[in-house]
Amino acid sequence: MKEDLVLPTPREAAAGASGEPLLVAEGLTKHFPVKGGFPVRRTVGQVQAVDGIDLTVHVGESFGLVGESGCGKSTTGRLITRLLEPTGGTISYRGRDITRASRRQLAPIRSEIQMIFQDPYSSLNPRQTVGKIISGPMEINGIDPAGGREKRVRELLEIVGLNPEHFNRFPHEFSGGQRQRIGVARALALEPKLIVADEPVSALDVSIQAQVVNLLQKVQEELGIAFLFIAHDLAVVRHFSQRVAVMYLGKVIEVGDRDSIYTRPRHPYTHALLSAVPEVNVTGGDESGRERIRLAGDVPSPINPPSGCRFRTRCWKAQDKCAAEEPPLVRLSGNRDGHLTACHFPEEPTIEAREQDIVLDPALAALEETDED
Amino acid sequence: MTTVTKTEDAAAPGGPESFLSVRDLSVRFATEDGVVKAVDGLSFDVERGRTLGIVGESGSGKSVTNLTILGLHNPRSTTVDGEIVLDGKELVTATEREMEQLRGNKAAMIFQDPLTALSPYYTVGRQIAEPFRKHTGASKKAAWERAVEMLGKVGIPNPEQRAKDYPHQFSGGMRQRAMIAMALVCDPDLLIADEPTTALDVTVQAQILDLLKDLQQEFGSAIIFITHDLGVIADMADDIMVMYAGGAIERGTTDQVLRSPQHPYTWGLLKSMPRLDSDLGTPLAPIPGTPPSLLDPPSGCRFHPRCTFQDRVGGDRCVTERPLLGPDRSSACHLTAEQKRTIFVEEIKPRLG
Repeated sequence: MKEDLVLPTPREAAAGASGEPLLVAEGLTKHFPVKGGFPVRRTVGQVQAVDGIDLTVHVGESFGLVGESGCGKSTTGRLITRLLEPTGGTISYRGRDITRASRRQLAPIRSEIQMIFQDPYSSLNPRQTVGKIISGPMEINGIDPAGGREKRVRELLEIVGLNPEHFNRFPHEFSGGQRQRIGVARALALEPKLIVADEPVSALDVSIQAQVVNLLQKVQEELGIAFLFIAHDLAVVRHFSQRVAVMYLGKVIEVGDRDSIYTRPRHPYTHALLSAVPEVNVTGGDESGRERIRLAGDVPSPINPPSGCRFRTRCWKAQDKCAAEEPPLVRLSGNRDGHLTACHFPEEPTIEAREQDIVLDPALAALEETDED
Repeated sequence: MTTVTKTEDAAAPGGPESFLSVRDLSVRFATEDGVVKAVDGLSFDVERGRTLGIVGESGSGKSVTNLTILGLHNPRSTTVDGEIVLDGKELVTATEREMEQLRGNKAAMIFQDPLTALSPYYTVGRQIAEPFRKHTGASKKAAWERAVEMLGKVGIPNPEQRAKDYPHQFSGGMRQRAMIAMALVCDPDLLIADEPTTALDVTVQAQILDLLKDLQQEFGSAIIFITHDLGVIADMADDIMVMYAGGAIERGTTDQVLRSPQHPYTWGLLKSMPRLDSDLGTPLAPIPGTPPSLLDPPSGCRFHPRCTFQDRVGGDRCVTERPLLGPDRSSACHLTAEQKRTIFVEEIKPRLG
């Protein structure tokens, strides 16, 4: 596998217009109906997978979306690629509203927004050769690159670090990491401006993950492609993304530049999330330097989410106001530009250890209390 | 050709405190494509009250080892050689009946996916009570009360009611708690946790890991904790064994293995893993290549096709001679102790940010 990759020079469009919004989602909402009842099946509820989120991805930027399972991050990715129809809100791509665009209207845009999927096993057709998989998007979009499609496929294989001679092989002849590279090559085939990567490395082994993360980073930086990077692994997202949004139960609860989110978070949930990441201390520094927050229970059901602030049922700061009033996503005083938090009672902007650990889990609290006695 | 210079006897059996001792364990599966050497010449000890963390990638043999300890492999297609001694009892040659008495009683297991490991057909309370009745001969009522008590202990709210629920009525984190309750119901001396938190969210994972640690203090069990996540292992384990392609390649205390690792594979793992405090300027340094097939593992050191330090050993020792692992702090690598130390301090550590 080649590590020194030669990439073509970035296209002008991307290089010139950095900082300009590429994709803007406003009030984006997706509710899935829950059917039930017999003999006539009726809609008995709504899974509020995504409930009114605002996102902006700028040209050439890598934007990370983190959250736990069921928070709506994957649904958001699918809404943005228009694989799902939004229930409400708007999506505009380069200033054009594409929320309700028809198949025909979308056709020219589809090629500019591509997707990389989580599972490299189920996202490649086992009956097609690698060459066919990668040239498929070009065929559909009627693109004939100079020198022919086959030459372009070989180039792409080279870019993602695979042997161009493997053009005629089938997906089963490749390992998981190599398959994910094929997925990346397919996404690059149409020279997209935005790639939505939904958990692109979480199915891979640790030693292979880094290979794919480095490849994506190279592609992002050198080709100037904007990324919406969706993952649950906070360390990977930190490594890859310039801006990060944290989601909880279908809402964005905090968004900001990487530094603000990872070192000066304000939302209690962001604090809890960061403190829960198990870390290797390789430097041998002080281990007790990080705060310790242990929440109780799991994420509530999105069918019937809590009123007001959705995190309040697991929050140690929750008060009556949190149940009555949904906190707006705003910039708090002392925060940097673009660092927005949705909380009535924000935390101090630090991740240093607190005087007292926050342990909300009843079993843990009980066991730890008997230890202290 | 692989020549073995030292014998595994160098790994002398641990002292009287070693509660589980595995000696020269080999596990082979007959498959359509040939014989898979899933575990090859593995020796280790676990002491009472301590946690051994086994870390490795998929296919490194970490799960197979532990299924074999509990006798959960398919005897028709599996060949097991070597010795497994649990509290003075030899397990490789034990009968199915003897193993049945041991499973769930002296040794218990927590699986990765609680939804497939729990039966959808029985209530959670009944599934927890069943091993307790079987092993202690308790009455139905006493076993049920014990199940409720255990559910309360692992933090299921309202345990009297929830014990009557079925697994599908529990959330992922609660199911894993129920699994822990089931594993601990007979107060086992050995608990094997195979990736118990991999399927869980990070905030729930933190709760479960802390719960396991606190319960270990109370129950005093020995734990074998299997994971691919170095962060989790750093948090949980007293000792670490790193596995690669069916064998152990490094062992020591958690501090030793993570702060002054000696094997190029361990270095590779540490360098390829992003951390919350790592320097963003340094790109991740992946291990080149892919893990080998166990149908036809590489000769000599199993890691040599992916190792970038082969030339420092000189000659073709890495290709012809399999390095062996000593019983205590050691690593299976032909580099000299001095080389390992200087390479880590001068070349690896600065890149860990």
